[in-house]
Amino acid sequence: MANDIQYRYEPDNLLKSEPTKYNLEDLKSDELLINLGPQHPSTHGVLRLEILTDNEIIKDVIPHIGYLHRCFEKHAESLPYNQIIPFVDRMDYLAAMNSEHAYALGVEKMLGITEQIPKRVEYIRVLVAELNRLASHFVAIGTYAMDIGAFTPFFWMMRDREHIQRLLEWVSGARMLYNYIWIGGLFYDLPVGFEDRCADFLNYLKPKLKELETLVTDNKIFVDRTADVGVLPLDLAINYGITGPMLRGSGLKFDLRRVDGYSVYPELDFDIPIGEGKMGTKGDCWDRTYVRVMEIHESVKIMQQCLEKLTKEHKRTREFDPQVIVPKKIRPKAQDLYIRAENPKGELGFFFRADGKSDIPFRCKARSCCFVNLSVIAELARGGMIADLVATLGSIDIVLGEVDR
Amino acid sequence: MEFEPIVSHIKDELGEVIISTDETSNPMSIEISAKDVLACFNFLHTNDQLYFDMLSCISGVDNGVEAGSMEVVYNLYSIPYDHHLMIKVKLDREKAEIPSVTGIWKTADWLERETYDMYGIQFTDHPDLRRILLTADWEGFPLRKDYEHQDKYRGITVAYDIPSDDDQTEDKDRR
Repeated sequence: MANDIQYRYEPDNLLKSEPTKYNLEDLKSDELLINLGPQHPSTHGVLRLEILTDNEIIKDVIPHIGYLHRCFEKHAESLPYNQIIPFVDRMDYLAAMNSEHAYALGVEKMLGITEQIPKRVEYIRVLVAELNRLASHFVAIGTYAMDIGAFTPFFWMMRDREHIQRLLEWVSGARMLYNYIWIGGLFYDLPVGFEDRCADFLNYLKPKLKELETLVTDNKIFVDRTADVGVLPLDLAINYGITGPMLRGSGLKFDLRRVDGYSVYPELDFDIPIGEGKMGTKGDCWDRTYVRVMEIHESVKIMQQCLEKLTKEHKRTREFDPQVIVPKKIRPKAQDLYIRAENPKGELGFFFRADGKSDIPFRCKARSCCFVNLSVIAELARGGMIADLVATLGSIDIVLGEVDR
Repeated sequence: MEFEPIVSHIKDELGEVIISTDETSNPMSIEISAKDVLACFNFLHTNDQLYFDMLSCISGVDNGVEAGSMEVVYNLYSIPYDHHLMIKVKLDREKAEIPSVTGIWKTADWLERETYDMYGIQFTDHPDLRRILLTADWEGFPLRKDYEHQDKYRGITVAYDIPSDDDQTEDKDRR
């Protein structure tokens, strides 16, 4: 048995399984091929970058991905719709609630039960999804600051994220991978007293956000490091299919929560922050971070409105059962459907094909925002320095679990 | 713009390129043939009234050995007009080839590479058609319905026997 799992080492294994795009023999003088990753802290996971430089200037970047490929789409073709949700969690493991929400919306739309979902369920979904959005942005900003040399923001962000994880653990029983939002409902109603604790957390958070701005976005060193770096023009961003804070950082007011108005977002009041090039050029790394920081403020606003609704209009009652319309058998009619929703990192889309004969999707494709956003890295890095490549990569905010699925 | 005006607009400009329309899908979809892909997508991208500037998603679909066909499904979206369109292209399963749309939308680069990786669909004139998620020397295309994985990869067994439920209960008894 031990022999079975032996990896047979041969010197050219790496070149055979993941060949570099550029050959060492074909390089001109002064050109250098540098390998960054897959195990490198600044790549946020297992991402390998092949960098072609001319002296110190980057000429091309070729990402090699797939080190964390877990066959989501293949698994999805052999599991009933409700059992796919845990796999969806594991795609973007920093924002599992948002992914679950998108997935559940898609399947509900196929079943035609979108209208029947109780309002309280939808408000709880939005509340936990926005909590998770905060957590995701905290990681994005914290690790980004660490990438470019500031250590303190990471600890501060992780400290505040810990509160969110404990709140969500109280809700669902898990800290990161929840399986809380079910098709047609929720795993369980909010625990008693959750609304108060959540409101307390938001009150605690507000002064901390002020500190965050002083520490990160207004910080002279941070501004010097990120302004005018990795500028993404708007037309290029759209052509590359970039979405989320990256697209908004380039100056387009485009948020699917507003554009598609899914769930109860049309009933909620929030702004869409965009990058304005305050510290440099529009669409640079600073703008993208700025958009994330401002989005945290907007999410806090959304959550306060949700809490208001959940304690007044759609109060907890003894009879309320969040699983009341959870279907026992999920068998959508034969159809194709593409659903998209705003994740912290961009547009998460699911393409479903149901054959109408089974409980298992015939095809379930995940359009991952990180995957598409990462594809623009070569355009952003070209002509810059290697140190700026790290700054650019961090500002894209990728989660390799979602890039590779 | 709603679905019907879009369809009639395409018909007016390009003639009979639309093989069929499907209003049960969401967003509603049209089917075109592989030879019309470039002309049709160029038109959809540049036309003033349609202006599909965003390619959201490219998904491959394998209809199975009996059906003998594969499909590539494109999801287009227009940011200024806020309208959607789903476009399906049916391909022969044995000789799946379709022109690449990388020249129109840069997003297509990685999305097409992924579709090639999983289904083996050849995108002609793609600038860099390599496997993206799997290793370059992986055998077969995993999302095809008749896919069978290789036994060993570099001495590592690919699939291990998963103990069935019966085995587990026996284990419990023994304990």
